[in-house]
Amino acid sequence: MDQLTIAGKSFRSRLMVGTGKYASLPQMREALMASGAEIVTVAVRRVNLDAREESILSYIDLHQYTLLPNTAGCHTAEEAIRTARLARAAGLSNWVKLEVIPNDGTLLPDPIATVEAAEQLVKEGFVVLPYTTDDHTVARRLLDVGCATIMPFASAIGTGQGLQSLERIARIVDVVARRVPVVVDAGIGAPSDAALAMETGADAVLVNTAIAKAGDPIAMARAMAMAVEAGWLARQAGRIPRSAVASPSSPEVGRIGADATAVQS
Amino acid sequence: MQVIVNGRLIDVPTGITVDGLLMQLNLAEERVAVEHNQQVLDRGAFAQTVLVEGDVLEVVRFVGGG
Repeated sequence: MDQLTIAGKSFRSRLMVGTGKYASLPQMREALMASGAEIVTVAVRRVNLDAREESILSYIDLHQYTLLPNTAGCHTAEEAIRTARLARAAGLSNWVKLEVIPNDGTLLPDPIATVEAAEQLVKEGFVVLPYTTDDHTVARRLLDVGCATIMPFASAIGTGQGLQSLERIARIVDVVARRVPVVVDAGIGAPSDAALAMETGADAVLVNTAIAKAGDPIAMARAMAMAVEAGWLARQAGRIPRSAVASPSSPEVGRIGADATAVQS
Repeated sequence: MQVIVNGRLIDVPTGITVDGLLMQLNLAEERVAVEHNQQVLDRGAFAQTVLVEGDVLEVVRFVGGG
């Protein structure tokens, strides 16, 4: 399995995972390990002044994982830029998963504000991985302003609805043309969704809820890792074309009880 | 004097630095990032940045997210 390269950094795993929604931090750490992921997302939030809370960083070995802070919760380009700067100031990563999401109900990104924020952050030296719609023109714009990946959604965040449109993801893969990795993010519900995204041409998949909220998150993390690898291998192998007509896999000659008159004639 | 930290008024000694504030908040050991009057501070500037009455600070950390 050849490597995934983002902004000059290479990774063996093509599965990125989020760290939200786990029952506990120890469970999150185990799931991360089971996933084999090397890139993990985190959010940036105000410190709670009333109660001392355990640091998530105690559960993420930074020698093992590349930290990908997100700008989740930002409604505007300005908020996202401010959050990205704060994330970088923590001194652990200049990568940012850029999210500009004006509507907390749909959690669908604002593509125009995302492009604006991406352009500014690239200028400031960030490695920008933008969360975007499955629109190929937006993907093109994000590529033009220097993003390190394109991260179209499969479906809305946390819905687990899987790939709403294979054609739209395939179009993005065509438009991006391997200049940067395409990472299908959000809406993955099951390993089959992850495999399908990879078979469709994605270079990687990012999963959070489907692992964290699974009945057994650790087992699901493993399943996702296997699905991503299977999908990637299948993509390299080249699937057969779909056919309208059936064709048997076993020889048509030599079947027992075959028509005797045909043999005698 | 008072400063605003994460939207809340906090009493601090006059002349306190950002480092001092983090110590007062029991955050000295935490990997936090600080915005001071809308300017993000480098970690290296925590010890030199002296706060004045009414300063507005955001103190953030990483939490689980997707």
